[in-house]
Amino acid sequence: MTARPTVPAPIAMLAELTYRCPLSCPYCSNPVEMAKKEAELDTEAWADVFAQAARLGVLQLHLSGGEPASRRDLVALVAAARTAGLYTNLITSAIGLTQRRLKELETAGLDHVQLSLQGTDADMADRIGGYKGGFDRKMQAAHWIVEAGFPLTLNAVVHRQNLHQLPQAIEMAVAMKARRMEVAIVQFHGWAMLNRKTLMPTAEQATEASRIVQEARSRLKGTLVIDYVPADYHSDYPKRCMGGWGTTGLNVTPDGLVLPCHAAQTIPTLEFDNVRDKPLADIWYNGTAFNAYRGEDWMQEPCKSCDRRKLDFGGCRCQAMAIAGQAAATDPVCVKSPVHGKMVELAQAFSQDETGELVYRKSP
Amino acid sequence: MTVVASHTIPVIPRGVRLHADKVRSRWVLLAPERTIDLDPIGLAILQEVDGLRTFSQIVAGLAVKYEAPVDQISGDVGEFLAGLADRRIVELT
Repeated sequence: MTARPTVPAPIAMLAELTYRCPLSCPYCSNPVEMAKKEAELDTEAWADVFAQAARLGVLQLHLSGGEPASRRDLVALVAAARTAGLYTNLITSAIGLTQRRLKELETAGLDHVQLSLQGTDADMADRIGGYKGGFDRKMQAAHWIVEAGFPLTLNAVVHRQNLHQLPQAIEMAVAMKARRMEVAIVQFHGWAMLNRKTLMPTAEQATEASRIVQEARSRLKGTLVIDYVPADYHSDYPKRCMGGWGTTGLNVTPDGLVLPCHAAQTIPTLEFDNVRDKPLADIWYNGTAFNAYRGEDWMQEPCKSCDRRKLDFGGCRCQAMAIAGQAAATDPVCVKSPVHGKMVELAQAFSQDETGELVYRKSP
Repeated sequence: MTVVASHTIPVIPRGVRLHADKVRSRWVLLAPERTIDLDPIGLAILQEVDGLRTFSQIVAGLAVKYEAPVDQISGDVGEFLAGLADRRIVELT
């Protein structure tokens, strides 16, 4: 397999080890239709994917899910990833992690833990996670993670229901001695699309969140690094989705499909290859889904002649699909999109809607 | 930006490591959610960071090795390490 000179090798891979999860967060980025446990890649198949990824140029591996700790072979998978030479990051709710298992993960060479936070107290966290007692279990496990000396990132997913807790979440990250924090305002893909009425922040909340993050960044410089994902629907320009389609990262689903981004299955025209059928490098360089939105040839106006196309690559393809009805359209977040007005109206209407009930994610 | 005092001992903490990126023929520093491309100078500095020696000892060693004035090396190394410390990638103890 020869690399095409115009296509860079990927840096990062998101391995969704399983869709099983003890939590039922209503903003889960997993697809609404999920593969069952029986369809999951086994230990050997994942180990082979990790080795292929390292040879392809992947440096950073994110072990995610569902809840990756729901895989009984998690320790063996971490060991295989480290043997392959990958920087190994566990993205977890921490529920299901015991002190003994953390010790085994440490021995296997796990580099870093990213802990999700659904709320800063049990009332909020258990309601959002849909799991009573989950917050207490998480806090216990968080203590063990810190005690074991793992470098920690706290990942606070925030939305209209819990944005008022953002200052406390930042203080929790400091108290846990986390080096990094991710403050991510919910992005509307997967299950979150079913929950826009309940989760969409108001424009005022979105502005306030940006102010809080900016203040905390300068106050905590050298103590806590904060990465921030702003409220997409309320922005004027779109996010740099995936740092450019098929340029930086790839995603492998529990059953072995290789996706350019975790939401790519919402684009019905795309066909995805499986690691069970083809080498990973072949899929990355030659797969039709990866080549569909590489470069600029696929772009329409206003992107095609816009200077910002080098900055944001036209934004998010899945959002263009969801709101504008075609994946090659300009991301409607952009003020230059002909359907930007619709986006503004949606953001306004959803953020003021008090009639919605949370639709919880169901495990396969 | 943080100023690095001469008696400070810089440390590459757990979760951060040097890695030879063979696919791209370069050295990188791997850290949580970050991959930092290292030029030869950055690599030379980090290879001196052993968690034992102080900032001034590292600077003195590099000044001899590269036959450059201590003041110049001190400025370059200080700026590089302080930048990484602000991002929690290097610890100054």
